[in-house]
Amino acid sequence: MLGRQLILENIACVRGGRLLFKDINCALGPGDAKLIRGPNGAGKSSLLRVIAGLLKPYAGAVAHQGTLALADEAHALDPRLPLDKALGFWAAIDGSESDTVNEAMGAMRISHLASVPVRMLSTGQKKRATLARVIASRADIWLLDEPGNGLDKESLTLLDAAMAIHRVRGGVIMAASHQPLGLSDLKTIAIGEG
Amino acid sequence: MSQLFTLIIRDVRLAFGRGGVWLPVIFFLLVATLYPFGVGPDGPLLAKTGGGVLWIAALLASLLPIDRLIAPDAEAGIIDQFAVRGISDEWITGARVIAHWLTFGPPLMFAAVPAAGLLRLSGDTLIRLELGLLLGTPGLAALSVMVAALTAGLRGAGALAGLLLLPLAIPLLIFGAGSLEPAGASAFKLIAACSMFLLAVAPFAAGAAIRAMRE
Repeated sequence: MLGRQLILENIACVRGGRLLFKDINCALGPGDAKLIRGPNGAGKSSLLRVIAGLLKPYAGAVAHQGTLALADEAHALDPRLPLDKALGFWAAIDGSESDTVNEAMGAMRISHLASVPVRMLSTGQKKRATLARVIASRADIWLLDEPGNGLDKESLTLLDAAMAIHRVRGGVIMAASHQPLGLSDLKTIAIGEG
Repeated sequence: MSQLFTLIIRDVRLAFGRGGVWLPVIFFLLVATLYPFGVGPDGPLLAKTGGGVLWIAALLASLLPIDRLIAPDAEAGIIDQFAVRGISDEWITGARVIAHWLTFGPPLMFAAVPAAGLLRLSGDTLIRLELGLLLGTPGLAALSVMVAALTAGLRGAGALAGLLLLPLAIPLLIFGAGSLEPAGASAFKLIAACSMFLLAVAPFAAGAAIRAMRE
């Protein structure tokens, strides 16, 4: 459980010739969670994509120990496949054990949808499937972009529970959200203000 | 290495699932069926020109699956998810080239047999055509993946793909048609050289295109 960490040093991000944010510093260790706050367009998603390695930071460096999992707008599940097969594909890539998919679907209460093709799922169900993919990845560091979007009250409780379990296991969470998430003793980064 | 197999198996399965495998084959056979209607049922003329027509048909058929190769996965965030897991874009596109050839090359080579019958090609010409396709379709598959990555997410990607792919495929067509002559043995080496060049370049060009798309 030791050695999982995420360190951001003086991150700056430029998109389309515009400086979104600069001098973002933070260090997260096992069990830590951080919420990125900021108005629309401030660069919350961009910061998560920089951390995930999908965007190059304009300046600064990201260092992490442990595997990453990203949940963003895209569910990244094959629309034609039944839900359990679509999740199983990523579990196989991640080398997770065979029952992790069932556990993850149970954690997000979508086990009853296992045989439904992904394209038939509703927006909220797809969001829960995205979160189940993150849970099933057994990754050390979760990067969650607006994880509460499209979720009903019951699902938000499930998300909170899943995040709490992840932190108890020593996992790290970095989330961007404009709605309150049920994370205890949470630190925040504010970007794009003033 | 097992990751590469997982990627290839997924892509092959998806190609069959999305029906993309049969489109080029049906198109190829349609051209072979239509050509005699266009030039008339003159056996010697068909035999003389049929091989070249089949090469053109193969080139055009390779355009049909392009919009399915990269764009759907890029939109769904699947390629990003590979990248988050530390699988490089070149590895993904390399796997895609292999998977695309598996679902494009051999089916086209099977289709070439009835097509050769429709165009009255001799047995010798058919063998040279098959050998040429065996050497040339990997290059076409690599080119398709490269063009698919370059045009993914653009409007009118299909038309643009044609304009990008066809000029780059001209060497394959020239040597492919040249290899149909009995004295054209050296053309096979040139087809293979073209294919190897495209296979070597495509994963890197396509990977760079995918990275540029994220910006």
